[in-house]
This record gives sequence, structure tokens and C-alpha cells, in this order.
Amino acid sequence: MIWDGSTTLQVAFEDRSIAWSLLDISELNLPKTCAISFPNGKDDLMNFEVTIRPDEGYYLHGIFVFSFQVSPIYPHEAPKVKCKTKVYHPNIDLEGNVCLNILREDWKPVLNINTIIYGLFHLFTQPNYEDPLNHEAAAVLRDNPKMFESNVRRAMAGGYVGQTFFTRCM
Amino acid sequence: MDRIEVSNLNRQFLFRLQDVGKPKAEVAAKRVMERVSGVNIVPHFCRIEDKDLDFYNDFSIIVLGLDSIEARSYINAVACSFLEYDSEENPQEETIKPMVDGGTEGFKGHARVIMPGVTPCFECTIWLFPPQVKFPLCTLAETPRTAAHCIEYAHLIKWDEVHSGKTFDPDDPEHMKWVYSEAVKRAELFGIPGVTYSLTQGVVKNIIPAIASTNAIISAACALETLKIASGCSKTLSNYLTYNGVEGLHTKVTEFARDKDCLVCGPGVLIELDTSVTLQKFIDLLEEHPKLLISKASVTHRGKSLYMQAPPVLEEMTRSNLSLPLFDIMDKTAKDIVHVTGTTINKGTKTSCLRKLRVVFKGIDGVTDMDTAGGA
Repeated sequence: MIWDGSTTLQVAFEDRSIAWSLLDISELNLPKTCAISFPNGKDDLMNFEVTIRPDEGYYLHGIFVFSFQVSPIYPHEAPKVKCKTKVYHPNIDLEGNVCLNILREDWKPVLNINTIIYGLFHLFTQPNYEDPLNHEAAAVLRDNPKMFESNVRRAMAGGYVGQTFFTRCM
Repeated sequence: MDRIEVSNLNRQFLFRLQDVGKPKAEVAAKRVMERVSGVNIVPHFCRIEDKDLDFYNDFSIIVLGLDSIEARSYINAVACSFLEYDSEENPQEETIKPMVDGGTEGFKGHARVIMPGVTPCFECTIWLFPPQVKFPLCTLAETPRTAAHCIEYAHLIKWDEVHSGKTFDPDDPEHMKWVYSEAVKRAELFGIPGVTYSLTQGVVKNIIPAIASTNAIISAACALETLKIASGCSKTLSNYLTYNGVEGLHTKVTEFARDKDCLVCGPGVLIELDTSVTLQKFIDLLEEHPKLLISKASVTHRGKSLYMQAPPVLEEMTRSNLSLPLFDIMDKTAKDIVHVTGTTINKGTKTSCLRKLRVVFKGIDGVTDMDTAGGA
């Protein structure tokens, strides 16, 4: 066989998805508001983090970190993306689940990591109350945008919104 | 890691009521050996990942009755890893490990024969699969309408809220029971009927109720193809049978073609190098190689990044490898697979590409045989 005896099953299997991840990562064309980092070092292209620093809108000056986990059958399945920063946002819940269509029902193999990062960035520049994961935040955005704005600022600066405490993230 | 359940008994004819709860592999082996003299079956009740490459290499044929794309992709990568090509890029017959794969979903099913290097492998045709049905998270969180929404809410959202850190295990009955009881609560809240324990298992594990006739048709096709491969008595299915019993009854056999550039079963482009060639020199060579013409290449080997052109953080981390001999940073193996990405010109336009390469180092023991000597 082409592999020598020391190759594990895992290496033989993951080879293909690491190759796809290689393609997407080396092709990344990120705006200056988005940065990628590799907490496991250069040899793990399947698990990485993306930090988004919105330069406009409600979330200006905030710093938001997302974890990406590339699937073994990527790009047939979307990567698992979670928000590691606790954020007051209508489309992101307190556990870090992100409601973004291309991460689930609208994922297609022709999409890639770049498109996901753009989609995440868009959540901060255009939060929407129509796909709520945090329904209180969504209701406030819909009914009282001024209060939403001040809730977001208070949460980012570190403070309480309702009963929930948000750690500073700016 | 399948155990026998009562609902299996209408069609899984090797099992009886007293077998409920026992591992399927063990009971099936025992029953067949009781009835058919001269047959020896060794059951293995474990995950497919628990066996090593040598275990799978021992077999002449691999027959699959798996229940996910991921599991099939796994075994496919394993079987195709045994495949070797000669200098003319023909598959070497003794390294071809045939696979027979079958699957069913309600009234639909498929059976296929995979001869790595000859017929398409699982990866070659993975593009044909429609995306899995996934509900938007916000539907689950805010506006459930069906029993499945309630179940997925408990499975995907509520589980983490209550058990943060602990991974949900679909094979653990306690975890499944927890999800079921939460789904029931949610369904009651929204007045949605239909949440049952068996639907919970189905939604969480993506199972569609099985129909005896579909399974009989597909398993018969798989058994027949396996017999043909083992005995050579007749021409095998060429190469993909689909069956659909939903509207009338429809069957079709399609002869799909291999993807010559398949990352899993393809030969990759052969590159022969001296052990002194540095990674930088290798990357430069790729630009000139007539079959590649890849500029600004990034390279991985066995999951490790050898050199990344981008993003800047990875470029910095891998820059020091450029001056090292490729042979050294590839762990001094005589031949191995690497993947490269970069830009190439296709019909006048610049596109990005991902290619599999077979790197062979000259002058290493056991490698200067007929095949590579011919190409050197």
C-alpha cells in the first residue's frame, strides 16, 4: 500500500478533508475586520478560530471569537461554528449557537470558509429580529432600537442586560 | 455497535425474540454457522475505527451495511489506501480491494460495486448526495411546528444549556431518554402532537423507518454481487443500482465513471525527486511541471502543513520549512501522498486547484523497482 505501516486509520481517513480545508484556508480573502488563528498550531487545519471586529453598526469596537470545526466529510457537510464570546445578539444565543442559514439548511458544497466568515460578519452589521435565537434581544431590536443599541453597548462594555451578565468584549 | 431490537424482528430473519439486546454481529454469526456447515464467521462487536489498516487489508472483499455518509467515507478511504498504480497509471490488480455497498431509506435503496481505481469510489460520486435535511436553529428555538422540531430543539439546543461540556451520545439510552422527555415538554408547550421515543431516536440518528421489501431487494443485490466477485461466475453490476418503490416501482443501473483526479482513489500526479530537493525547490518545480503548472503552491503531508502561502499567520509558522529537504520533512519515507493547492491557468482563466501528488524519492531501498526505474 502507498501508506507505510505506521499510518493510522485516522490519517488515511482525514487526509481528504484536510486537503479541502487546505484549499479553503490558503484561498481566504478576509477583510481587515476578520482574522483567523490556529490555537492547535499549523498542523491542525480542521480546528481554528476566527475573530471579528465590526467596524460599523451596533457592534462597533466589539471583539467576537468564533470556533470552527471542519467536518470529516467537508465540504459535503458544513463546518460546526460556535460563538465563543458571550454576546447580546438576536441571532446568537447564550450557549454560542449561531443562527446562520448557510451553516445548516442552506449549506452547499460550493460554499466555503470564506463565505461563512462573510456571513458571520454580516450578522454584526445587520442583526435581524426575524430569525431569533435570543428572542428577548430580537424583540427589543424590533420594538425599541434605541434600547437595543444601549443594551448592546452595555453588554460589550461588561455589564448586565436583564438578568444576564456579559463579560467585556471590546 | 448495533444490538438487536424488537422492531428488527419482522425482517432480520437471523434473529429471534430471545436475542433482543444482544449484539447483531455475534448472533448473526452464530445462527449462520449453525445452519450452513463449512462456514466460519468471526464477529467483531466494535466501532469500524477500532480496527487498524492491517485488519482491513487482510480481506479480499469488503461488504458494507453502514448507516451514514461518514462511515462509508471512512471505509472507502481505508480500502482505497491499499490501491497502488504502476508507472502507466493503471491500478495494480493485486492492490484492488473490491467493496459492495448497499443502503436503504424507506421505499428507496441503492446497491453499488466499487473497484478502486476502476469504478468510481465513494468519494468520486459523493457530490450526488442531496444535502441532509437540517432545520434552521431559529425555527427550533422560536417557532417549532412539528414533532421533529421539538426533538431537535432538545437535542441541539437544550442539551448544551443543561449539560454544557458533555457531548451527547446517541448510543447512550440515558441521553436519548433525556432528549425524549425534554422534547415531550416542548411539544406540550406548543401543543404539537406526535413525539414518541421511537421518533426521537429516528430524528436524532437520522433514521427512516425500514421496510422489509426494500431491504430484501438491496441485500439480495449485494449478496449476489459479492458472490460474483468471489467466484467470478458472472459479470458484476456495473456499477450503481438505484431502486425506488414510492411511485410505482422503478430500478435503474447507471455506469458512473471514475474521477481521475479523485483525492481518495486517484493516482495523483507522480513526482520523482532526489532526497536533496528542498521544499522551496519542490514548490518551484510544481510551477513548471506540465501536468500541474501550479503557482504559489501550499503543501500538506499527512495532515501536517509543510508550507502555507496564506494566511500570514500560517505563512510565518511554516516559512522555516522552505530551506529544508522535502525528504526530511516528510519523515524520510520513500514514497508518500502530498496535497497541494495553488493557482493554475485553466482555459485562459486563473483558477485555484487542489491536487493529489504521489512523491517518490529516488535511490531509497525498495523503491528502485521496475515501475519507477521506467519513469526515472
